[in-house]
Amino acid sequence: MRESTIMKIHYGTALAAVALVAVHILMRLTMNYAESLEYENVLANYKFVPYAIMLELILILLSVHGFNGLRVILLELKQGRMYEKSVSYGCLAAMIGLIAYGSRTIIMTNMGMV
Amino acid sequence: MAQVSSVSNEQSPTAKSITLKISRYNPEHDESSGFMEFNVKYEKWTTVLEAILDVKKHFDHSVAVRYSCRQATCGSCGMIINGKPRLACFTKISELDSNTVTVEPMNNFPVIRDLAVKFEKLFDTHQKIKPYLIRDDTELVSDEKEFLQTPEEVEQYIQFANCIKCGLCNSACPTMATDSSFVGPQALAQAYRYVADSRDKGKDSRLKIIDDSHGIWRCHFAGSCSQVCPKGVDPAMGIQLLRGYMLGFSS
Repeated sequence: MRESTIMKIHYGTALAAVALVAVHILMRLTMNYAESLEYENVLANYKFVPYAIMLELILILLSVHGFNGLRVILLELKQGRMYEKSVSYGCLAAMIGLIAYGSRTIIMTNMGMV
Repeated sequence: MAQVSSVSNEQSPTAKSITLKISRYNPEHDESSGFMEFNVKYEKWTTVLEAILDVKKHFDHSVAVRYSCRQATCGSCGMIINGKPRLACFTKISELDSNTVTVEPMNNFPVIRDLAVKFEKLFDTHQKIKPYLIRDDTELVSDEKEFLQTPEEVEQYIQFANCIKCGLCNSACPTMATDSSFVGPQALAQAYRYVADSRDKGKDSRLKIIDDSHGIWRCHFAGSCSQVCPKGVDPAMGIQLLRGYMLGFSS
């Protein structure tokens, strides 16, 4: 993938994540903060499908943005063909791993398996 | 390696003196660089290059320095003067406002010896971005015989055409200090110079060259390149405008 395409995704995910995290924070303010973190309320959020979809989107956006940012930092720290390939594929694998693990949590909670 | 030398020469009574600290390093013999100190007389018009040449003439002819035009046109005498990348021929000692003037080789360039650095990478990256007008026709076959531009079209790129390839922007760039593969502000500013030229038709091929994992996207917009340019070029702005092309904000 061309670097400009990657960076467009990087900037896009940042903007979208800011918007969705703002919605997430606003939702927390609909009730007392401590109350919103109570076990039953947290589970209720996951079981409400539109909210679960938003959490999934936040997970994807932040993972893509974060791991690409890490890739960029690591590429600037050191150079070399092997190193750069390892960093790129390593970050991609970590990103997929984190999204898979987070999605598993969201889906299992949504389906009442927790 | 410190040495203090002075000369009781024939200069005018208005001359003042400073301590000139010159970085000495020969990669073939020395493990690390050191400084040699010289007391040099100067007038208010004396440049740092003239002071260095005075040292070469009177104290130590082995000091290595690259220079040519002495009028900020050839871009040969870039060095770190009192911690800032500048042209030695374009920097007067009197305007430095210091009793000690320290000169070191430019950062982010391999040192040949003392103040002389290798420019190969700078010229390679400059060549890589195709610093010439690309188009199928030429003024030799065109009916009009010349490619006319409006003053507004010239305004788009003219400041970037003032680049003298002195390397001061690359020396000041913090990304170049860590990323040895980074294209650098000089080449990126020159890429913009040709992309913004209405006569040029090579925009796509040029943008493809800098759209690399060590290309234009690695610029953090520190802006130090623009601060040190002796010709008033603003590479940081050129890079941002070039990003506009790549993100589709400009056509």
